[in-house]
Amino acid sequence: MSANTAVAEKYRNNFLKEIEEQVEMGDWVKMCMQCGVCSGSCPTNFQSAWEHPPQELFMMILAGKREEVLTSSSMWNCTSCYNCIVRCPRKLPITHIMHGIAEYAHRLGMAPKMQPTRFFSGLFWKNCTHTGRVNELKLSLGLYFKDGFVQGVKNGMAMQAVAIGLLKARRLNPFELFGGHKCKDQTGIQAMLKKAYEIERSRKTAKMAG
Amino acid sequence: MADIKVAAYICKGCGLGERLDTDALVKIAQKDGKVPLAKSHDFLCNADGVAMIKNDIANEGVTHIMIGACSRRAKTEAFNFPENAVARANLREGVVWIRPDTDEARETTQEMAEDYIRMGCAEVKAMTAPAGNPNTGGSKTLLVVGGGVTGMTTAIEASKTGYSVVLVEKSGALGGWAGKLYKRTPVHEPYKSPADTGVADLVSQVLADSNIKLYLNATIAKTDGAPGRFVVDVATESGATHTEDIGAIVQATGFTLYDMNKLPELGGGKSPNVVDQAGLEALASAAAAGDGVIRRPSDGAPVKSVVFVQCAGQRDTTGQHLSYCSGFCCNASIKQAMYFKDVNPDVDTTIIYTDLRTPGNGEDFYRSAQEKGVIFTKGKVAEVMPMGNTSTVKFNDLILGDTDASMVDVDLVVLATGQVPNSGVNIELPAEAAEAGTVEIKPISILNLSYRQGPDVPQLKQGFTDSHFICFPYETRRTGIYTAGPVRRPMDIAQAREDATGAALKAIQALENAELGRAAHPRSGDLSFPKIRLEGCTQCKRCTVECPFGAIDEDEKRFPVVNESRCRRCGTCMGACPVRVISFDNYSINSVGAQIKAVDIPDEFSEKPRILILACENDAYPALDMAGMSRNEYSAFVRIIPIRCLGSVNTIWITDALNAGYDGVMLMGCKSGDEYQCHFVKGSELGRVRLSKIDDTLKTLNLESERVRDLEVAITDIERVPEMINKYAAELVAVGPSPFKGF
Repeated sequence: MSANTAVAEKYRNNFLKEIEEQVEMGDWVKMCMQCGVCSGSCPTNFQSAWEHPPQELFMMILAGKREEVLTSSSMWNCTSCYNCIVRCPRKLPITHIMHGIAEYAHRLGMAPKMQPTRFFSGLFWKNCTHTGRVNELKLSLGLYFKDGFVQGVKNGMAMQAVAIGLLKARRLNPFELFGGHKCKDQTGIQAMLKKAYEIERSRKTAKMAG
Repeated sequence: MADIKVAAYICKGCGLGERLDTDALVKIAQKDGKVPLAKSHDFLCNADGVAMIKNDIANEGVTHIMIGACSRRAKTEAFNFPENAVARANLREGVVWIRPDTDEARETTQEMAEDYIRMGCAEVKAMTAPAGNPNTGGSKTLLVVGGGVTGMTTAIEASKTGYSVVLVEKSGALGGWAGKLYKRTPVHEPYKSPADTGVADLVSQVLADSNIKLYLNATIAKTDGAPGRFVVDVATESGATHTEDIGAIVQATGFTLYDMNKLPELGGGKSPNVVDQAGLEALASAAAAGDGVIRRPSDGAPVKSVVFVQCAGQRDTTGQHLSYCSGFCCNASIKQAMYFKDVNPDVDTTIIYTDLRTPGNGEDFYRSAQEKGVIFTKGKVAEVMPMGNTSTVKFNDLILGDTDASMVDVDLVVLATGQVPNSGVNIELPAEAAEAGTVEIKPISILNLSYRQGPDVPQLKQGFTDSHFICFPYETRRTGIYTAGPVRRPMDIAQAREDATGAALKAIQALENAELGRAAHPRSGDLSFPKIRLEGCTQCKRCTVECPFGAIDEDEKRFPVVNESRCRRCGTCMGACPVRVISFDNYSINSVGAQIKAVDIPDEFSEKPRILILACENDAYPALDMAGMSRNEYSAFVRIIPIRCLGSVNTIWITDALNAGYDGVMLMGCKSGDEYQCHFVKGSELGRVRLSKIDDTLKTLNLESERVRDLEVAITDIERVPEMINKYAAELVAVGPSPFKGF
């Protein structure tokens, strides 16, 4: 793609159309009126966690900034507090759109690999679908060791006091590390999930094929 | 002067009887007021009280009535004696309601009431009941200048009300700008798509109406006369002139789009593919006549992408272009984007705006455009570069912070250039500036008035015609001439139609009042008018120059000639006259001067200062009345005289007051300057110019400058006015008593 055609694509409707068709609730994006109430209401944005606040992401979609939007970590920062949805004067389901874009970026493999939310989401899903029950010890350890062994040990030491407190209160069972508890019908769960995957995959493939 | 018999009536109702010694007030009226007939009544404004006054008029030969009761602004229907001169002493809002009901306050409160009785008696003797101006005309025909939406609506509305109309249109067809539109912004539910303009319907209504006389290809060659008796020469294309007798005039001359050739950086005039909004309407109309596809002017290829540039040459801070927002163009661009989207949703339509302003139900319309896929980009367009059959639009993206954003291969660029009023000649433009060519002038006069002030109505800002923006939006400073539509301020069709209806009704009111010799707003129904004692006139021309309404002309000997029907009765001429030969029957140098002199001035050892307040009857006096209604207390040392306008204040009143031993004078008028609130537009400004020279007078009297205070008071200053009075009273204590007391 030459530089000129790249500019030609810019500020055209194509990416917007893509979002509208591929992303859950994506057809709402064009209704944003850029008031910025969502950004002002976002509790995470107060800590400057967002590179692009929601209304800016919407504008980038209108402006056709495909690469920047899909590789952005911004929508992954959403904590689903729903403040923006409650306050949006245009009634955009912003939280859902954020998750929709994140999911689409993930599907395309464009989402930032080690983004903590994305990493944790994957970890959680794997953890809970494995036995049908969430193994909290494995889940938190998995997150501690996200950035390598040394950092994992450091993280563990930092959380030492909390862990000992939990042990004393019998809220943490160290033996969970070995196998852990399971649900009764593990095969049933796996079959159910397999079917669900199948349904969703066929639906999304059909959608992407147009 | 015929024999006068004055009667004074003191009311005891509303607590006046309990708070004041009304018997003493009756005695004051007899002794100091020298009134032969003075009475008190328990409840003067009820049927019995009014009957008593009417009986005295009929049987006792009472001609002049002094009522000591509530404010002159209250109970006007009960105390309505049109055949008699009536003065009102404000004992309720002006005395008992603003004073505490305590034993210590009783004495000063009573003194206040006594002074108001003296003032009322003095005033009424200086008055006569006004009989109305004899120089009237009874034409009931309305002249409407301009055959656009505003003009046609005015004509139709006036005709429906039963008045005949002469409609003059410069071009060969009715319709104006709206007639050139393909469609208009919707004004009915669900506000989703462009609607029919309705112009054809208006045109057919005008053509079918036998009450409306239509001149096409015609202009106004001359306008002479006054409300009720305008004589207007209509010049037609053939060179013939038709003379029409006109009662009142509505100028609906509309606007011209700002010339896009002045915007070369936005591609204006550089390519046929850069058009203004009117250009796009023409393309859309042409397309609608064909296959519905809007085509690129340069080569006729279907338009695949179009960019709308908002605020082109508008809201400009550099001073080169229009500084204001025209208010209609965001909705118009949204509408025009829909022209494309409704035919083919695949056409890229982008509106680049800095602030999207969609008045009326434009918000729904905006949302509908978003649903249809129109892209709204917040940005400021820096440059439009046409190349071949397409253009590149460079802009600063204000949301994404991209200063060098651009769109390429744009087939069509539409510039939203805004409205420039067709208001005729700027009569206030200094002649030198016009000659030097430093200011752009529109050389063609619209009304060609034969007034000494100039051929057109005055302008306020940016060439829009002047009006009292807050209270009387259609009124120009030429009585009986109303402006409506975009010539007055930028507006869309819906607003223009509302404006047209309002102006039609105001014009009808004006010609009806003119026939009866009465004033139009704000002293609506006032029968008094300025009378000039020409023997004393020095031909200084101050009255003719200062009259804000162009009511006073000069005769061949350069004496002033009052056109009573053009007059708004503000009294600015009276305030301006250095030899004091101008007066009204019920308001004159003497009627106010006598009140000033009637006040009893205690000696300097009594520690009872006297402060004269001359309060504008439109804003300051109502504010003072309302302060009374809210029981906001103020000093008992003030004596308040309502005046018609700060412009009517003659400096002799101030000199007289200071000479008589008043310790201070407060003048309360409306805000002046560009953001004026004066009901007579320029009255308070002219008054203040005059007062700025009062320091000289004070110097000759050897008095401190604190003795005269000029204040801006708005009608809402209900709490602020008492505070200002009390503050000033305290300041005067520090200055000390006036040295003129006791002479």
